[in-house]
Amino acid sequence: MSTFKEMRRGFVASIPMIVGGIPFGLLFGSLASSHGLSPWFAIAMSAIVFAGSAQFVALGLIALHAPIWVIVSTTFIVNLRHLLYAADMVKFVRHLPLPIRFIMGFGLIDETYAAVRPMYSVGAVNEATGYKVYLGSFLSFYVMWNLTTLLGILTGELIPGMSDWGLEFAMVATFIGIITPYLKHKSFWLCLVCAGGSSILLSGLPNNLGLLVSALIGVLMGVVADVMVKPASQNDKGVQEVKS
Amino acid sequence: MTLPDYVLIIAGMFIVTFGVRFVLFARADKVVMPAFVEKALKFVPVAVLTAIITPMVLMPNKHLDISLDNPWLLGAIAAFTVGVWRQHQLLTIVVGVLVFFVAKYW
Repeated sequence: MSTFKEMRRGFVASIPMIVGGIPFGLLFGSLASSHGLSPWFAIAMSAIVFAGSAQFVALGLIALHAPIWVIVSTTFIVNLRHLLYAADMVKFVRHLPLPIRFIMGFGLIDETYAAVRPMYSVGAVNEATGYKVYLGSFLSFYVMWNLTTLLGILTGELIPGMSDWGLEFAMVATFIGIITPYLKHKSFWLCLVCAGGSSILLSGLPNNLGLLVSALIGVLMGVVADVMVKPASQNDKGVQEVKS
Repeated sequence: MTLPDYVLIIAGMFIVTFGVRFVLFARADKVVMPAFVEKALKFVPVAVLTAIITPMVLMPNKHLDISLDNPWLLGAIAAFTVGVWRQHQLLTIVVGVLVFFVAKYW
């Protein structure tokens, strides 16, 4: 199959999440302009940083007049989840030339990982085709994100009340859609409850530091739950083995 | 903020975002992930995304609002229920957004 056809497969697999992402791009552009930020700042952030949720968090922090180091370190924490994706993808990119790994790294977002990673598991892609499908997914998200950012800036200026419509809820719903597939084990439930509970208790901390601390508490409690649950599951396995 | 501040924000955000995504790919031919790191990192998506949206859902007006008059809470409960039940991302988003907007504008 040609490179173009492989890239088109990546685009087709990404369509549901591209549709889901359109309101976020529009919202990002319109929120940036309703916060009084230069259109060029929003355009540059979408083109250069290319990190949906971190861009929203950064807008919130800028509105709070947070120091730059807090904005950058919060961005780091918000995007730290991509290290997990990278760790999981390493085995599929080992053989690729550095420039291609460079572009794949730039485009390693939740959606592209979610769209392409399962294809490796079911054998829909291999070493020769996987990166082309991946790049097709990345490029379609990149074009969507930058176009909708631009449109959001333009329509946000045309429709001043747009930020009161509650379009941000689309982000909440998408994040819930990313979170829920993880909830197959008790440790992830504990992680969710602890991170969520902490984020409410710590919401009074300045500069969104409550988010940083809550996320770390969630991760820690997940690890603790894993350690405590493991002996029990091993016992279950032993019981099943005796039965069979 | 001044223009250099905005340039610094974008440069800093680019460096940490791209750095996190690329650091392992850069040395993909040599990297071996320690098991304990992977065990902790697997919780980061749930922990961070939950910590971002919980205050948006439970404190939409900066104070705790656990009531049927809070469309954020109703929409999130609907999305969460569908998400846990069907594990279909687009369906989760569509149902959540529909419930939110019906609750907000009904």
